[in-house]
Amino acid sequence: MQHPAFEEVTFQHHTDDATFKKKVRNTTILLSVITIVELVIGLLIYNIHKGESPNELLILMFKGMVCILTLAKAYYIVSVFMHLGDEIRNMIMTIVVPLLLFIWFIGAFIWDGNSYKNLRNTYDKHYKESTMPAKHKGAH
Amino acid sequence: MTTSATLQQTKWWTGGKSPFNMEYGKLMMWYFLMSDAFTFGAFLISYGTIRFSQNFWPDPNVVFNAFPGAGHANLPLAFVSVMTFVLIISSVTMVLAVHAGHNNDKKGVVKWLIWTIIGGAAFLGCQAWEWHHLITGEHVVLADGKLDIIGQTMRGNPWGRLVPEDQVMAALQNTSHETLLQLSQMGHSGGTAAVDHNALSHEQLLKSIQVADLHVREKGPVAFGGYFFGITGFHGFHVFSGVIINIVMLLMTQKGVFERRGHYLMIEKAGLYWHFVDLVWVFVFLCFYLI
Repeated sequence: MQHPAFEEVTFQHHTDDATFKKKVRNTTILLSVITIVELVIGLLIYNIHKGESPNELLILMFKGMVCILTLAKAYYIVSVFMHLGDEIRNMIMTIVVPLLLFIWFIGAFIWDGNSYKNLRNTYDKHYKESTMPAKHKGAH
Repeated sequence: MTTSATLQQTKWWTGGKSPFNMEYGKLMMWYFLMSDAFTFGAFLISYGTIRFSQNFWPDPNVVFNAFPGAGHANLPLAFVSVMTFVLIISSVTMVLAVHAGHNNDKKGVVKWLIWTIIGGAAFLGCQAWEWHHLITGEHVVLADGKLDIIGQTMRGNPWGRLVPEDQVMAALQNTSHETLLQLSQMGHSGGTAAVDHNALSHEQLLKSIQVADLHVREKGPVAFGGYFFGITGFHGFHVFSGVIINIVMLLMTQKGVFERRGHYLMIEKAGLYWHFVDLVWVFVFLCFYLI
């Protein structure tokens, strides 16, 4: 089908109304469900924090789960709502490949922050004592 | 035989066609959004670096536990989930506006754009309330051996470590008379006791303060305020520009600009921007409120 404004673009008209509405409705429900699951996990983390001796590993696992769920949400927003999934492959790659920089970006900088903390705790005992969270005290 | 096979494969790069099968404006909107993703990404990663470099960081469930009209009730995550749903729903109405545009359905575009604008304005209203609540909040902190009452600002963070009661008792002796007056009034906002605190002597004031009710904390990391207000503010500014863009789109639609042009492609570009704002919020929500 011809694009209404540019003759060099072959316009793919989007699917018929019924299929489209179904897709939008399903995606909306999916995004809402993921958000609710995230909130439930957030409240779980809050309650673990309040406990006598919070299980750090369990908290870390829950936080990792929330991160994965957020990435899933981002994928659905971009591919369905923004229709990136319907574009041709070359175009998708020009957007997605540069974003791969984030893999290094996040890893390197968080590693750096952590390393700074460890060095400071090793060489500045006063800093460590005055900032370490008190053990077996509730967070609230 | 061979021709039928080659006909299936469109040759995008031999001229006469747009290689990405996309008009210029939409492609450039995508590249703008990609660069904007790096800007937001850099802010959030910087926040992550500072957070990982600290021994103590405030628990978001303690910081963000208020709800409009609920007074001092402890409701972690409640208000921010309302904000998140408002933005998701306004993203959905934008999808419907873009779809109505594809069908050259002017009435549909107007209807869904109005809903999207309402959603964006509602989100901004929520954010204004949240900021106001944080900045004007009254929290008791122990600093320099005396008690002080501060809100969450760029310069002060009242969500440090909890202070044991014996230290609070000691700090009370050094606390100024004005602060003591404020402290004694904080717990009794109901005013049923009808005690004139101004008439009390310094010693009587000290006795009237219930240390256990104060929840005194140390000052927390200062960077928290800068990052929170900086990043949510930058996102809020994107929402604000998105609302303005959507209002412009609404006016142009109503004036029949797109009808005369024969297509509603501008709505599609505004839609891309609006979805991006929603996408960024998903990550701000993750970094500040959930983990």
